[in-house]
Amino acid sequence: MTSGIRVGIDVGGTHTDAALLDNGHVVAVHKDRTTEDVTSGIVAALATLLGQSGYSPTDLEAVMVGTTHFTNAFVEARDLASVAVVRLGYPATTSVPPLSDWPETLSAAIPWEWFLCRGGREFDGRPSTALDEAELIGVADRIRRAGLETVALTGVFAPLEPSSERAAAAVLAAHLPGIPITVSSDLGQLGFLARENAAVINSSLRLLARSTVAAIHSAMTEIGVQAPVYMSQNDGTLADLATTRRFPVSTFTSGPTNSLRGAAFLSGLSDCTVVDVGGTTADIGVVADGFPRETSTTAEIGGVATNFRLPDVVSLPIGGGSVVEPDSERPISRRSVGHRLLERALVFGGDTLTATDLAVAGGRARIGDPARVRDLPADLVSRGFRQIDDDVAAAVDRAQLRAGRPAVVLAGGGSILVSDSLAGIGRVIRPDHLAVANAIGAATGEIGATVERLLEYTDSERASAMAAVTEAARAQARALGADQAGLRVVDIEESVVPYLGGGRFRVRVRVVGPLEGKEAGVPTH
Amino acid sequence: MYQLTEHDLGDIAIGAALLGTGGGGDPALGRLIAREALRRHGPVTVVTPEELAPDSLVLPVATMGAPTAANEKLPSLEPVEELIRAFADAAGRRPTHLMPIEIGGIAALIPIAIAAQLGLPLVDADMMGRAFPELQMVIPSLAGVSATPMVLADEFANTVVLRSDDNAHTERLARAVCVAMGAAALIALYPVDAEQVLAHTIAGSLSRAADLGALVRNASRDHQDAAAAVAERIEGTVVFEGKVIDLQRRTEGGFTFVRTLLEGTGPSLGRTAEIESQNEHLLIRTADATLATTPDLIIIVDAASGLAVTTEALRYGVRTRVIAAPCDPRYRTEGALAVVGPRAFGYDEDFVSIVDRVKERVA
Repeated sequence: MTSGIRVGIDVGGTHTDAALLDNGHVVAVHKDRTTEDVTSGIVAALATLLGQSGYSPTDLEAVMVGTTHFTNAFVEARDLASVAVVRLGYPATTSVPPLSDWPETLSAAIPWEWFLCRGGREFDGRPSTALDEAELIGVADRIRRAGLETVALTGVFAPLEPSSERAAAAVLAAHLPGIPITVSSDLGQLGFLARENAAVINSSLRLLARSTVAAIHSAMTEIGVQAPVYMSQNDGTLADLATTRRFPVSTFTSGPTNSLRGAAFLSGLSDCTVVDVGGTTADIGVVADGFPRETSTTAEIGGVATNFRLPDVVSLPIGGGSVVEPDSERPISRRSVGHRLLERALVFGGDTLTATDLAVAGGRARIGDPARVRDLPADLVSRGFRQIDDDVAAAVDRAQLRAGRPAVVLAGGGSILVSDSLAGIGRVIRPDHLAVANAIGAATGEIGATVERLLEYTDSERASAMAAVTEAARAQARALGADQAGLRVVDIEESVVPYLGGGRFRVRVRVVGPLEGKEAGVPTH
Repeated sequence: MYQLTEHDLGDIAIGAALLGTGGGGDPALGRLIAREALRRHGPVTVVTPEELAPDSLVLPVATMGAPTAANEKLPSLEPVEELIRAFADAAGRRPTHLMPIEIGGIAALIPIAIAAQLGLPLVDADMMGRAFPELQMVIPSLAGVSATPMVLADEFANTVVLRSDDNAHTERLARAVCVAMGAAALIALYPVDAEQVLAHTIAGSLSRAADLGALVRNASRDHQDAAAAVAERIEGTVVFEGKVIDLQRRTEGGFTFVRTLLEGTGPSLGRTAEIESQNEHLLIRTADATLATTPDLIIIVDAASGLAVTTEALRYGVRTRVIAAPCDPRYRTEGALAVVGPRAFGYDEDFVSIVDRVKERVA
């Protein structure tokens, strides 16, 4: 149960969803077009929810905001700050300058200069070169004279041994008062270029984050909300506003994550497969222990490789707008009328036979003019439905990691095309409130922490090495405000580090838990 | 002879990842390094082994160490001048040409960057036709060619020159030096003359990698079956199709084994297979039969894209197809199998060529 009175607001590119939850029960929902300035949409959503539910602003115990605001700003190259890209790695790293792998439209949109300094580390954590304070003071001077607005600092092997990065950040901060500095080891794991990219993106958004967070904060104050405000992060966990101001990049992929988590929560299942059928595609993602399974490869945002992972979503070319070919054994074609469904489908007076027309002819939907599809052969309708069911069931099965009969949660306007019984599927659930799944995902966010270490151990030392990394992750989660009792390990990754001789491993442990003071939360209702 | 430009790099990187059979490091990083070098210094001249003058001295160059280290401590190419100078001091002359030592992974791209930096031509050949983890596993070594004088250089342009009659011993010494250099070093080794290039290398490797890359790129653009196209081009077979359901690791007798369990899909439905990898994929078997072993190439590709899946990128849920393809015939001799056959990597199996396994199945 998610305890207390919580509000989740998801500000997407086109729609703003909101929901008010009282001890895990959905009490009020709201959906509207996203406003230009983010905050007025948040204010409007809160006002509607409070009006619907009868609660006063002071009753709220937490407000969670998910937004694609920063993602969109970056991808569209709007409101980006200039960045001093500082590397601690001299004399290594020169073969690939910063932003080498960026699309030119983006690297040209951010004014940047790079500075290569001493202070990198080796794979075992020892210093490669000693940090040089005088050198850094000189760099700070050049940054100030160049008028660069932010700093992105990346040290070689800093995720393993962050002390050089921290010390360098302190020197730069002392000589560049008021200039935001992003330290790469705060943003995650090994892989220099992807981490540096994330740090540069983050720095380029720091000024926008400062004003956006201030606007959200003052909007809450204006309404009279006294509860803490959190922002949804990429992995489905929460950050407070102060953290988001420093790490706007951590909100980048929260949209798809919240959507999957929200659908799972509404179904009452912490393990399920979500099938979201829209106009053009059916998107299939797996939720395990309340969190989306992530892709094995790192995510590209606007064409830039980062060290984030996205939810692993497979798309089938099946949707309400799928064009139907009546003479084919598999009548649902790969083509779609897409967003022109409302003018092209037969039931809406158009000239194209679509999957939506089959749904109306088969009695699954009452939209448009049923008379226009009355004469469709029953055999065609059933062949179409069967093809959709077969393809969805097969894709759901392919997405599973284990044999068994998974539960499927159906979402999206096109989900009427899918039957309630699918071959090999445990059960099919169509929860209420799916239109605001993203907001529910935000409202049910938890606190998480991930720790990665490069370690040397034998088989007999393995258990204690794992335990040590897990404890480090738990400690970090507690420091972020997680409730000790509800903390659970959601992922352990162990990989061999090749070519260094046997016994070296990279271990990554992720733990999550509910906000402190709240009950532990397996979503049931 | 042709001029290699940055536009050739994408296909080479895709092909080198396939031929790396899971190992050899991240070609994407190699591609960025090569692109930067070509932008700074202009295109690289590539010659075929037949075009070499008799008095040529060809020097294979590479990076050595852990991909994890190279992906974090990005290399500097500045020390290549010192690397070549140290080699010339030891060998008595400067090389006329450079060459990749293996065509798998990052090793296919780094020589392009070094050739651009030094303004030296590159030979379209390599010494493995794939990737293997240790330097005595190259074909010239099996024919008695010495790896030395071998030079290692770190980012400070510190150099170490090794001389030894025994290539396996050179490997042990080089490994120790490499770790001391931060598990990432530039190396030059196996200097060969034109005659040795013709006799002991695999001609046309760079072109083959580029060809495979183009094949995958075009197949994916045209919605064709990329894995099948790759298998056909390298005279291989898709031996299994499945989803990764488990990864296990164990250390035994100094070897670190990674075992990937695949649950069959499509034509492999109802069966499971396990793939044994160390750095490279070395063996694949089902409950009843071994499907392929080293030194034949075992290539795991992403089922949808046909792009290679490296050992480090193997994770739960990845949907794969596994291609087995014949190695160079020089790896199939008794002497060679003692170095690169299944037993050399700790598997108690005889080597049977994928060509014979396919014939057997058909018969």
